[in-house]
Amino acid sequence: MINASLKELSAALADKRISSVELTQLYLDRIARLNPDLNAYVTVDAARSLAAAQAADARRAAGNAHALTGVPLAQKDIFCAEGWRTTCGSKMLETFVSPYDAHVVTRLEKDAGMVSLGKTNMDEFAMGSSNETSYYGPVQNPWDRSRVPGGSSGGSAAAVAARMAPIATGTDTGGSIRQPAALCNLTGLKPTYGVVSRWGMIAFASSLDQAGPMGKSAEDCALLLSAMAGFDPKDSTSLDRPVEDYARDLEQPLAGLKIGLPKEFFADGMNADVAQAVEAAIAEYRKLGAEIVEVSLPNMKLSVPAYYVIAPAEASSNLSRFDGVRYGHRAAEYTDLTSLYKNSRAEGFGAEVKRRILIGTYVLSHGYYDAYYLQAQKVRRLIAQDFAAAFAQCDVILGPTSPDVAFRAGEKAADPVQMYLSDIYTIAVNLAGLPGMSLPCGFAQRDGKRLPVGLQLIGDYFSEARLLNVAHQYQRATDWHQQMPEGL
Amino acid sequence: MSLTLDQVARIAHLARIEVTPAESEAVRDKLNGILAMIDELQSVDTTNVAPMAHAQDLAQRLRDDAVTETDRRAAYQAVAPETEAGLYLVPKVIE
Repeated sequence: MINASLKELSAALADKRISSVELTQLYLDRIARLNPDLNAYVTVDAARSLAAAQAADARRAAGNAHALTGVPLAQKDIFCAEGWRTTCGSKMLETFVSPYDAHVVTRLEKDAGMVSLGKTNMDEFAMGSSNETSYYGPVQNPWDRSRVPGGSSGGSAAAVAARMAPIATGTDTGGSIRQPAALCNLTGLKPTYGVVSRWGMIAFASSLDQAGPMGKSAEDCALLLSAMAGFDPKDSTSLDRPVEDYARDLEQPLAGLKIGLPKEFFADGMNADVAQAVEAAIAEYRKLGAEIVEVSLPNMKLSVPAYYVIAPAEASSNLSRFDGVRYGHRAAEYTDLTSLYKNSRAEGFGAEVKRRILIGTYVLSHGYYDAYYLQAQKVRRLIAQDFAAAFAQCDVILGPTSPDVAFRAGEKAADPVQMYLSDIYTIAVNLAGLPGMSLPCGFAQRDGKRLPVGLQLIGDYFSEARLLNVAHQYQRATDWHQQMPEGL
Repeated sequence: MSLTLDQVARIAHLARIEVTPAESEAVRDKLNGILAMIDELQSVDTTNVAPMAHAQDLAQRLRDDAVTETDRRAAYQAVAPETEAGLYLVPKVIE
């Protein structure tokens, strides 16, 4: 049951071979057993989950169920969920119980009737690539407990990899769905900017933030995305487009598909065994009928510096809301309003979040705005134009998700810039606002352990169904995505 | 571009984050490491390139100026550190 697809779980619930209460209890038992070590969930509320499961069973009995009614999922702790503690990985929100639901939570839990198993650990305010900036402690990678699961959606990734949830939500501002999916052997998709509502998703960098599914297969991701996506008037950048069935093209053959390989992705920086796995995936796609062409993204190397101007600038503005007055941590000691702000923020935020707020404040400050912020936004357009030129020559772009497999806990924590560079292949996609996904494509050996390698697929705007099709056809031909860590 | 300790103090004040003298050197060094990485942008020729604020380059949507929310003051203030009579409490700002 723990390896079942969403389609299989949906059928089992529909045929009454299992109830949602039984299925939810099965996962709660696994969480109770595995989570004390893995630390993938920061909040579990069994009574609340079981009550939702009971309601789902009643809805199925009443005959008005959605395909996913009663299917459990893990929610990244960045989504406000009414009645649930919502921390965003920060001390700032340690006691914050959300008074309202994020649009994603409404869509999945209220409209579709899915059952939340709990809130997953994450880098503080989604700022990190290893889950080590969480106030609630690091998450272990189920494939090697001494290694990181990636970030920022590391808790969601570890939860699904260890089968403590059949699927999870994540968010991706610079790679936070794709990189942990790669490091934990999952399939994860960051949709086109604007496809999934940001309402109630705690903001990091609003022009880049986008939520998406993280699961065991492209098919599962397609089903969850269909339930998550859609226009929301409460998000000012939500796109008013017709509702899509993202699973509609899964079975299309790939004959004639043009896959572009950006030469900059394959130039250097990728570890040899990661490159080997990616090359093998390219060979598999040739067998499936795809044509391989070389493309170029000449400004790709500028994506990391441009991102580390734009994202901190937006973060410094977004996180100004945490003032110790309306919600969140308030310092015990202060003398006036300014020291209340300063002390509350100094105590409530961790080191990485403070660094990014300070960088953002600096690049937006008088005299530096043009040199940094405006220049970064211009470079952002150059990067988007590179992709537009590449998509004139191919249907999808393929490359690695991450330059290496999961790194050791602590290995990059002391040097922020080293950590930032682990997102070298994912960040440009957010800057351009394109959809991108990661899927398992093999393993590399490190210290006697098998560690997953992720393959990245990037599509043109609104090509999610096509990307999922390209991933699904590969997953029909290979079994990398079906492999799970030992000892669980 | 490299920050001095005075600049770090100034930025920290603008950001309303207390940075103690004991922390400030380590904070400055980390910030300077990030700024050195960002400086690569300065060498790019962006003459005649329009800045891109958003992926879709869309205009902001307008909506009717109508009341759509119900009064949930009690629920929203239940998560505040300190309230009284429906008001948020802060230290005295006007003598």
